[in-house]
Amino acid sequence: MSRIWMLGDNINTDVIIPGRYNVTTDRSQLARYCLCEILPEFSQQVEPGDVIMAGHNFGCGSSREHAPASILANGVRVVIARSFARIFYRNSVNIGLPVLVCEDAVLNSADGQRIKVDLDTGTIYNLTTERTFRAEPLDPFVARIAAAGGIIEYIRQEGTLR
Amino acid sequence: MGTLTEEIFSHKLGRAVEQGETVVVEVDRVMSHDTTSPLAIQAFRKLAQQSGGRVFNPRRSHIVFDHIIPAATIAAATLQRDIRTFAQEQDITILQEGICHQVMPERGYVTPGDIIVGADSHTCTYGALGAFATGMGSTDIGVAYATGRSWFRVPTTINIRVTGDLPFGVYAKDVTFEMVRLVGVDGANYRAIEYSGDLTERMSVSERFTFCNMAIEMGGKAGLITPDATTQEWLRGRTDRDYPMLAPRNPRYERIVEIDASQLQPMIACHPDVNNVVPVEQVEHVQIDQVFLGTCTNGRLDDLAIAANILRGKTIHPRTRMVVVPASREVYLEAMRLGYLEIFVQAGASVGTPGCGPCIGRHQGVLAPGERALTTMNRNFTGRMGDPTAEIYLGSPATVAATALTGHITDPRTVL
Repeated sequence: MSRIWMLGDNINTDVIIPGRYNVTTDRSQLARYCLCEILPEFSQQVEPGDVIMAGHNFGCGSSREHAPASILANGVRVVIARSFARIFYRNSVNIGLPVLVCEDAVLNSADGQRIKVDLDTGTIYNLTTERTFRAEPLDPFVARIAAAGGIIEYIRQEGTLR
Repeated sequence: MGTLTEEIFSHKLGRAVEQGETVVVEVDRVMSHDTTSPLAIQAFRKLAQQSGGRVFNPRRSHIVFDHIIPAATIAAATLQRDIRTFAQEQDITILQEGICHQVMPERGYVTPGDIIVGADSHTCTYGALGAFATGMGSTDIGVAYATGRSWFRVPTTINIRVTGDLPFGVYAKDVTFEMVRLVGVDGANYRAIEYSGDLTERMSVSERFTFCNMAIEMGGKAGLITPDATTQEWLRGRTDRDYPMLAPRNPRYERIVEIDASQLQPMIACHPDVNNVVPVEQVEHVQIDQVFLGTCTNGRLDDLAIAANILRGKTIHPRTRMVVVPASREVYLEAMRLGYLEIFVQAGASVGTPGCGPCIGRHQGVLAPGERALTTMNRNFTGRMGDPTAEIYLGSPATVAATALTGHITDPRTVL
């Protein structure tokens, strides 16, 4: 059973993975310090398949891809936010971390509740409140990259970027 | 027809491009630095079959060592060693002479009309020269190294018009705080910002860099200023390439923000968000443990000159320490020649190797628990300069220098 980790507005990349811990490409190191500034227990308690929910402008700040990589390395299934900062959103799609924009789901859910997400349809089921939400559809170009599982896989399939 | 952004994309693609369109373009330059290169190289390697294992063009691929240079830890040294191996194999010259966003323009790698992608969020700085430049993550940059291409959704644009003269003690940095206050930290998300107005037109290229650097602090994808005679003069001697002097033509802006700079006063962005902006007089009681002058926002010669004029013949407050890091070797040498560095050292400051310095909390002035810093940086996020309980305040070079003298946040108009 997947749980919701609820975060606030303007969660920046320094908070997601501080600069003093991102001098590495080791995904297990990145996973360990993910969100350590605000949720020190997160990396120990998060279970594969859990979902992060957040308010506006999630992932603002640095271009560091270590931020979505640290979330992905913890096995988080999807990040659902009211809005995402542009670079973080793009980085997530590129590396295969699903990201959904859904105002209603965030406003009508709470930390610790149980959740199920159908990524193919963008349908979000809050199992605790038994409410269903529909995420905003992806931009068609972004949807193609997401469907391929990231931009590397997309380019391998297409032969080049086009 | 369109915004400067649309004009640049239209020029590049040879057809009229409109905001909202998704396009794939050949980029002019690709940049990454010592922190973002390792993941970019990993992405690049995964496309070996598509690229033949070679970057699209080593002369247009740039790696700058600036975030932790010289290496402060074994981990950083090891990553830098691996990047050097990659650069050698690809015939890329690694630049170790300052912050990427200062070095790229100084070297003449940024010209009007260019489209540039960089693995650093402050890549938007280059828009000060009339280029479309945007920050991306490492995988996008690895893809660009491999293919020479990137995809863009041509953004809608916010026009910020800055008029009037800067009052005594008020600088370009203070104007950017007013911008963030008005637009918000995500008000320009997915959008470009085009700066205009008579003050913008009268500003030096350095001040324009400060403007465009702060575009990302409003979420901006890019910050641009229409190139003019000031731009051309600055580029003279730095590049001999021809470049198009593109300008907006009947632009359709999503929003226009007007700022009368003559009404502004020195401002501070308080911990931990950049839109937490107050007049300096409201926080003058706040004691400061460390001041830092430098960064891609305010580490240029004019910034150092402002601070040096305040600190000349004086010593910093004994309770406060000061770190000065020139943005590049060019700035460092000129500041040395003009005697600014001697003023800083005599005043009791530490002068560091050109680069990012303590801006990302890894070396050259890390903060202890509970400490407070006033800096010329662009971000004041929790944990950015060291311990997460430390607080970061942002101000102009003048406010930083004035504060160094007193040990608490100080209005620069009292010491100028």
